[in-house]
Amino acid sequence: MADLTHLIAEAEADFINSASMNDLEISKAKYLGKSGSLTDALKGLGKLSAEERPAAGAAINVVKQAIEAALTARRESILNAEQAKQLAQESIDVTLPARAQSPGGLHPVTLTLKRVEELFHSIGFEVATGPEIETDFYNFTALNIPEDHPARAMHDTFYIDEANVLRTHTSPVQARYMENALKNNQTPPFKIIAPGRVYRVDSDATHSPMFHQVEGLWVDEDISFANLKGVVQDFLQKFFERDDLTVRFRPSFFPFTEPSAEMDMSWNGGWLEIGGCGMVHPEVFKHVNIDSEKYRGFAFGLGIERLTMLRYGVNDLRHFFNNDLRFLSQFK
Amino acid sequence: MQFSENWLRSLVNTDLDSQALSHALTMAGLEVEEMQPVAATFSKVVVAKIISAEKHPDADRLQVCQVDVGLSAPLQIVCGASNARAGLIAPCALVGAELPGISIKQAKVRGIESFGMMCSSKELGITAEATGLLELDSDAVVGQDIREYLDLDDHLFTLKLTPNRSDCLSLTGIARDVAAITGATTNFAAITPITAEHAETKQVIVNESVACPCYCGRLIRGINAQAATPAWMVKRLERSGLRSISVVVDITNYVLLALGQPMHAFDAAKLRGDITVRFASGGESIGLLNDQTIQLKSDDLLIADANGPLALAGVMGGQSSAVSDATTDIFLESAFFTPAVIAGKARRLGFSTDSSYRFERGVDFGNTRNAIEYATSLIKTLCGGQVGPVTEVLTTLPARDSVKLRMSRLVSVLGISLEQQNVAQLLTQLGFAFECADDIFSVTPPSYRFDITIEEDLIEEIARLHGYDHIPAAPPVAALNMLASPEQHLHLNQLRDGLVSAGYQEVVTYSFVDESWERDLLGNHSPIKLKNPIASNLSVMRTSLWGGLLDTLTYNLNRKQERAYLFEIGAVFHQQAGTYHETTRVSGLAYGSAKPEQWAATNADIDFFDVKAHVDTLLGGDGLLKQVVYEKSEHSALHPGQTARILLNGKAVGWLGKLHPKWQQHYDLAKSTYLFELDADALVNRALPVYQEVSKLLPVRRDLAIVLDENIAVQTVLNAINKENIPLIADVALFDLYQGKGVPESKKSLALSVLMHDTQKTLTDGDADTAIANLLQLLQIKFDAILRN
Repeated sequence: MADLTHLIAEAEADFINSASMNDLEISKAKYLGKSGSLTDALKGLGKLSAEERPAAGAAINVVKQAIEAALTARRESILNAEQAKQLAQESIDVTLPARAQSPGGLHPVTLTLKRVEELFHSIGFEVATGPEIETDFYNFTALNIPEDHPARAMHDTFYIDEANVLRTHTSPVQARYMENALKNNQTPPFKIIAPGRVYRVDSDATHSPMFHQVEGLWVDEDISFANLKGVVQDFLQKFFERDDLTVRFRPSFFPFTEPSAEMDMSWNGGWLEIGGCGMVHPEVFKHVNIDSEKYRGFAFGLGIERLTMLRYGVNDLRHFFNNDLRFLSQFK
Repeated sequence: MQFSENWLRSLVNTDLDSQALSHALTMAGLEVEEMQPVAATFSKVVVAKIISAEKHPDADRLQVCQVDVGLSAPLQIVCGASNARAGLIAPCALVGAELPGISIKQAKVRGIESFGMMCSSKELGITAEATGLLELDSDAVVGQDIREYLDLDDHLFTLKLTPNRSDCLSLTGIARDVAAITGATTNFAAITPITAEHAETKQVIVNESVACPCYCGRLIRGINAQAATPAWMVKRLERSGLRSISVVVDITNYVLLALGQPMHAFDAAKLRGDITVRFASGGESIGLLNDQTIQLKSDDLLIADANGPLALAGVMGGQSSAVSDATTDIFLESAFFTPAVIAGKARRLGFSTDSSYRFERGVDFGNTRNAIEYATSLIKTLCGGQVGPVTEVLTTLPARDSVKLRMSRLVSVLGISLEQQNVAQLLTQLGFAFECADDIFSVTPPSYRFDITIEEDLIEEIARLHGYDHIPAAPPVAALNMLASPEQHLHLNQLRDGLVSAGYQEVVTYSFVDESWERDLLGNHSPIKLKNPIASNLSVMRTSLWGGLLDTLTYNLNRKQERAYLFEIGAVFHQQAGTYHETTRVSGLAYGSAKPEQWAATNADIDFFDVKAHVDTLLGGDGLLKQVVYEKSEHSALHPGQTARILLNGKAVGWLGKLHPKWQQHYDLAKSTYLFELDADALVNRALPVYQEVSKLLPVRRDLAIVLDENIAVQTVLNAINKENIPLIADVALFDLYQGKGVPESKKSLALSVLMHDTQKTLTDGDADTAIANLLQLLQIKFDAILRN
């Protein structure tokens, strides 16, 4: 039997010279194919004697294994090279900008309203709503502001007709909510906030004829002025995410609350007026048939634009209604 | 309410400095809106007299003055003021004086030595402008410090009084409250009745005793109406924001400021017969002091004589009986008019007077008589004359019922603990009469307080004197109950978030709009109008949000934006038979490219179907879409060929379409604009998902193309298929639409994917063939559609 070991080196050289899988298959056939050198050698074993056969067979096998190993190695290497080439072709500039969809955004007033609702929701306040064209009765009379009361003059009201106005505050929702709740046999505790648009005949750099307020109302058997202060302070601290923020109450007058207060908030070393509040006036309870001996409540009203301006550092109220996209898009 | 701090301090002794006083007032509910010094800070300015004034040898407009400043020798001062002249008494800043922005030094002015500066009121920071030296009265004492002489160490306080505190519309009232707040004592001069010097009276007949429970009048004869008002009074009037007019008017104004009692003086020579207090009768009119002649209404209360109306009671006097320089005899009035009678009268005429402002809030009826005596004494002192007796018509003054204050209630409303003796002390400081038994106070409010009628009024008084600052912030303690959270009802914020994801920016536009938007864009000829719009282009309530969105679009296009996706959620307003209805709408506008300009996508403009996808998302996707119908329709704002009315469960809930080309032109828009608007109520209801068995068997899909008339709406075809409920057919969807080569003229080809499945067994080809045949038969019958080869 001839020495076949030289075939290993030949095969290795052939395999290395095969650049593609196809070439490699052709080279493989030369050694391992039907009429390949090794196949021939194996066929030749039959001609050998029984004594010679095992040794010759083993020798062939050694060569075969070596060639197969070389083949596998080369195969892998070709595959790797092809994959590397494909990967190289598929490579992209990952720094290119994303395929943009350009999401929109919420109006900053909505951002504030959402926060206000979430914060009050977290202590069990529900949202109540009322009409923006409001009757004179709910906007004034039910809130203890009778006809010709000087407080009416403070409101700069838009009139639709004799009996209807654009609501000047969100307070009418208080009366509507309580009236409705009692009609449905619900009794206090009542805990609501009423956010929404309100209107005043006033337009300059610091006044808009339309703006947003949120009214809060908590009626229960044991609600006090100290609680009002507590809730408002808690809200402002959470809203502005500042634990050091304090609220100052100043005596004031609203026909629908008593005692009444203006709320000031500590801000940059001074005080900023932030809204009005007070204990629900017995006359208001009387209008909706709630026993003011049994129940007490507090109510407050906050200006949403004011909160928004302070929160985001907006310095001009007019931005909110000009709707300049360069302004609005800052609140995404 | 504006006043001089020094005047106030003359009535109440307080140790608080100006800042502390201002803070104390504010924190007790008398908000100090402004506190201004009456003059700038300066020193070494004295009263001086110009002895001589010679022209400066080298300057035409300067004079060289010798000025007596109270020193042994006069000073030489060069002065450029045109009114500088010998004999003039004016302020002089001495060498070393510090004035706002100037230090006075000895100087040479055009070669002449000058030892000081003569001053104008502007230089002393008293007024913003001045034309020359401040001319002082001849009685000014030369050499006296000007701050002392003009009482310049004073502040102007402006209070922003709430309508309930009419008692503080006078210096007396404010002083009283300062005493109550701080515990200081007041210093009110006693008012003594003036003895009559003649017996003549005017008969006063009060027909309306409810409207006028007290009327005092007196005749004063032989006064000098041309007497000068003294400087101290002019100063106090001016520092209260009132101009000096004539001595009699000044005195009535002074009493008004001092005591809060509006007074009126009639020229007695012009009065005929008795004085009557009555309501106006039909057809009467009056010429008021402000030169306005008004037609009187039957609820206008009048002071009248035999000839007719003399004054609109509590509001303004009339022209015909006005006091003039020639007046010698006056009839002086001090009355109490019931607030409800005066309320609103001035406002109805479009003005407010110091008198009506006080009467409609409530004037101290315990002071009517005092006021007339005080005014009389001032008139006698300043104008002379002989005083007659007071005619007083007094009926039933407003009652001051005692008001209960329970300690228990006080403590529970405020949420703080207070001792009974503290409360008693505070009530005493307020000057309220009270008794106390079993922890219940019975308080009788004084005549000047119109705002103390219920327990809460007293609680507020105690709270404000105790100090709101001393009430702690205490979180409430309450039962914890979870709030309802309806899963089938979306929050509007969820709709907002959906639109934001689709690229829309939220805007907030005015609810009142231009009438032409309503009329022309929306075809609404009877919008809800505002009686008093703030501007003519904001005069009617909107019935759609589109006007505001289009306005916002043009605003932004004018600012070089090229693409705008806008939405708003807000109310629209309709009227029907005199009642008003509000609906919340979700409205959107899309303009410009479908995607923002970028390297990775083509820059195609948005079209109808892009926006329709956004509307579909709003409508709730598959869950709701089955009941949604887009119906070809027409709308005044929209392109007639690209308008869809949106029906949900058969009910119209909104619109989608392309802005009409005429409006595109009107708004000067380069590109097409798409608009949609939907009722929010229709969008927020969602079905609760209900589980259905997932079939283990695989569905079979067959695709087919049908050819039918191009005018048949695809929705009609799909609706017909859904309605028919052909066995085994689960879903039919359009995946291609084709017109052109291979499809006859005026026909179109629809490629449909048909999904079939059976929950019981695997479908055979035969089953599927039957189902498809049924479908084709339906389409053939209903739409004359044929299978395309």
